[in-house]
Amino acid sequence: MTRVVQSSPQIDAYVGDSDRLVSAGSATEPSWLRNLRRKGIEHFADAGFPTTRDEEWKFTSVASIAHRHFAPAHDGQSGITTDLIERRIGALGGYRLVLVNGTYAPKFSVGELPAGVQVSSLRSILATNPAAVEPYLGRFAPSDGQAFTALNTGFLQDGAFVWIPPGAIIEEPISLLFVSASPETPGVSHPRVLIVAGDHSQATIVESYAGPAGQEYFTNAVTEVVVGSGALVDHYKVQRESQRAHHIGSMYVHGTRDSTFSSHSIAFGGALVRNDIIALLDGEGSDCTLNGLYLVDGRRLIDNHTTIDHAKSHCGSHEMYKGILSGHARAVFNGKIIVRPDAQKTDAKQTNKALLLSDDAQINTKPQLEIFANDVKCTHGAAVGQLDEDAIFYLRARGLGRRQARDMLIHAFAGDVLNRIRIDGLRTSLEEHLLSELLTAEGAANQP
Amino acid sequence: MLNIHNLHVRVGGKPILQGIDLSVNAGEVHAIMGPNGSGKSTLARALSGHPDYQVTEGEVSYEGRDLLAMDPEERAREGVFMAFQYPVEIPGVNNAYFLKAALNAIRKHRGQEELDAIEFMALMREKATLLEIDPGMLSRSVNEGFSGGEKKRNEIFQMAILEPRLAILDETDSGLDIDALKLVANGVNAMRSAERAIIVVTHYQRLLDYIVPDVVHVLSGGRIVKSGDRALALELEDKGYGWLDPEAAAAPATKA
Repeated sequence: MTRVVQSSPQIDAYVGDSDRLVSAGSATEPSWLRNLRRKGIEHFADAGFPTTRDEEWKFTSVASIAHRHFAPAHDGQSGITTDLIERRIGALGGYRLVLVNGTYAPKFSVGELPAGVQVSSLRSILATNPAAVEPYLGRFAPSDGQAFTALNTGFLQDGAFVWIPPGAIIEEPISLLFVSASPETPGVSHPRVLIVAGDHSQATIVESYAGPAGQEYFTNAVTEVVVGSGALVDHYKVQRESQRAHHIGSMYVHGTRDSTFSSHSIAFGGALVRNDIIALLDGEGSDCTLNGLYLVDGRRLIDNHTTIDHAKSHCGSHEMYKGILSGHARAVFNGKIIVRPDAQKTDAKQTNKALLLSDDAQINTKPQLEIFANDVKCTHGAAVGQLDEDAIFYLRARGLGRRQARDMLIHAFAGDVLNRIRIDGLRTSLEEHLLSELLTAEGAANQP
Repeated sequence: MLNIHNLHVRVGGKPILQGIDLSVNAGEVHAIMGPNGSGKSTLARALSGHPDYQVTEGEVSYEGRDLLAMDPEERAREGVFMAFQYPVEIPGVNNAYFLKAALNAIRKHRGQEELDAIEFMALMREKATLLEIDPGMLSRSVNEGFSGGEKKRNEIFQMAILEPRLAILDETDSGLDIDALKLVANGVNAMRSAERAIIVVTHYQRLLDYIVPDVVHVLSGGRIVKSGDRALALELEDKGYGWLDPEAAAAPATKA
């Protein structure tokens, strides 16, 4: 692929903002961190924003991000309350770390942590004990060729750091909440998350992204997850950004021997949304589950790109993405599965389904299997359809109204993903959200 | 209770029913028989309000109201129930959850209190025992992975829960073995009452050994060509439908 080096005032402005950040950094800041940032912004400047000529961005134009400059979002905490936060994410119990516009907000962060577990803002760990993160930060999220990851790295400053010591079993979920608030001018935040689960540890992490309804802003998040040998990580990403927000999220997962990683990616908000998950199964017996559910209406776009890279033998991956589209919404699903020559006995299964509630909604879906080993099992299936009219009639013939019948079927469609959510409070909150969205989507859907 | 006058129905533009006249009173069981393609199931589906079945002529009054003006859900709430010939599988919708929602929609319409989960479970257990329904079936998705017999029994089970005033059974007997047939018949017989009317659509006389009808109608070419008592069904069993042909042919109907 050839890439035209772009130069634009927007890119230059980001470079300038990053340079200011680097030079404003404290004198005690380790040089590796400065270098990491510098390399990030250089890679971003080299790559520029992707265009639809780029195969990975063929159906998703980021022009609405690229053609303007989002200044770093500053303190927007004044309008945020604990009540608002709990309404947005539900009361999940456990520990909660909150960042507003990418900056740690201690007054909203509550809960007790089990001994040995560390959940802190990235800024504070970088200031107090950078050696704890140095072996991981930026090692799994390559900035080379990944424009948005590079941009995030160029602004690497704050975010969340989660450390689960070897052997620790954490029952309660750990919540990381990223709130954006740009009441004046649309701003950008680049939250960075690093999750390290030690060998044979077990933990549940919930990353939530939210912002005030109607506000326009840009969230460019990067998450790196390292799953130690025999460790188990259950990861949830709940994206409930404002319907006018731009959300680009990239998650890089490094699975080692006998590790088990599950992702549940729920996307409800955002005008332009792109989620990338890149999971490398780099140890024998590593297992990866990717579940996804998105709900998109109006003229919004949600793009999910996943890559599961089977590098070693006896690894399993299970993927189920479901989307509900109405109005003039668009969605993209691209599921890449790579099976490397050493990855014999791979067992990979991918399913992707979309429910179109209107004639004008559109999805581009593509499974992409690259298999270089010969003793493997890989299956994939994609289905795009509308509500089953026979089922609707059956339900109506038993006395249910058309709307109730329709909601019941949509709920059942989403159930495949929602029922796999193991945190009761979160599942209930998402089901309620889904139902209330369906009520408002009613006008947009096809009604005879 | 039900008065059908000169009913004409088209399916996909093709005329199927060509002037049905039928009156059913509360407390009666009517059997509608006829060869394949005679329009038996079309009649059942048109009465339930299926959108693919287009009424082009005629009237249907139910309890003095215009049935054809009602949406399918309104018909159900007013007490019309059709047991489907081919019950639809609905993945992800729990059988008990669905049935509770249906029952409460009907109760609400009738101005009755909605049942809570505990009351509903008790009702469900009672009716399940009657039809020898495996309780495990109730927590599965509606009809998903059910055998043919299980699906038909589930229809009768739903009927037992919803307690309609007019029940229409569309070939509920087809594909059932004799044990399942007896169970279904017992379920239907248990619901016979002076306030309720039942229309049994069937291709075979066999079911009528167990559900004894008050009136038997024979449909051919989209019209009722003969009505009688139970003896008519036995005669059909004996002679088949062939002997009706001259009469059917006498009517200006196309035999499908």
